[in-house]
Amino acid sequence: MRALRRFGRFWWDFVIGDDWRVAAGVALALGGSAALAAAGEPAWWLLPLAVALVLYLSLRRAAG
Amino acid sequence: MTAVFLVLSAFLASAVEMVEALTIVLAVGVTRDWRSTLTGVGTAVVALAAIVAALGPALTLVPIDRLRLVVGALLLVFGLQWLRKAILRASGYVSLHDEEAAFARETEEARAAGRERRAGLDWYAFTIAFKGVLLEGLEVAFIVLTFGSAQGSIPLAALGAGVAVVLVVVAGLVANEPLTRVPENTLKFAVGTMLTTFGIFWAAEGTGADWPGGDAALPVVLAFVLLVSFAFVALLRRQRPALA
Repeated sequence: MRALRRFGRFWWDFVIGDDWRVAAGVALALGGSAALAAAGEPAWWLLPLAVALVLYLSLRRAAG
Repeated sequence: MTAVFLVLSAFLASAVEMVEALTIVLAVGVTRDWRSTLTGVGTAVVALAAIVAALGPALTLVPIDRLRLVVGALLLVFGLQWLRKAILRASGYVSLHDEEAAFARETEEARAAGRERRAGLDWYAFTIAFKGVLLEGLEVAFIVLTFGSAQGSIPLAALGAGVAVVLVVVAGLVANEPLTRVPENTLKFAVGTMLTTFGIFWAAEGTGADWPGGDAALPVVLAFVLLVSFAFVALLRRQRPALA
């Protein structure tokens, strides 16, 4: 059980890292992009803007 | 164009990780026992090759749209970690990675550690070299597999990574000391930027979005990520004296 927890912890740290909110923000943005694309609207602009916003918020927290 | 970015990204990411692995290997090898250290390195390389050989062909079976969504999302989260840390370093909020300091720390720990022998090997030297190469190499394997599979060319990504490994090993053999002159922090900034760019590009395609101009949009996304990153570095640098 402990080994399993350590294994999970390793992958969490490896992929998610210091700020889980970044991953959550990316997931939300992907959902938004998929919804726009499914509605037939241009969706390419959403992800770059969302990434800039997520990065800004994460940096502000880290520097604060 | 995408192929050039692909090889370059794999090369840079691999070079950065291998410089860090080399520091660990040199520190343990010099202070402990080269035979045990190199056995650890060899075992880690075999383990990494097995991971790539097992996952590589499996990934190529996944439909490209789904693969790009998953790979893009993973790269984006992973790349933003690199970029966030690189921006914090460049703006002075986190200290720069220093191979000389890392080498001194590893050497001291290697000297202080006990001398347990298992299977005829200095167990400390073996495990530290194994873990160092495996963990640093895992990031390279991750990048090679994700980049390669999403672009439909794992061998091309592996080529970029392979050239970097050879160059770093040769440079390490020649210098016989940690590669302190490699601009590691700048390279990490570049890798974070590229991972984030490819992440945005592929993840957006995976969600069904169409880029204006197709693949030609990739350098534009890269320019945008670079611009945003430099702007954040400037912003944080300006804030820093006010906070201190």
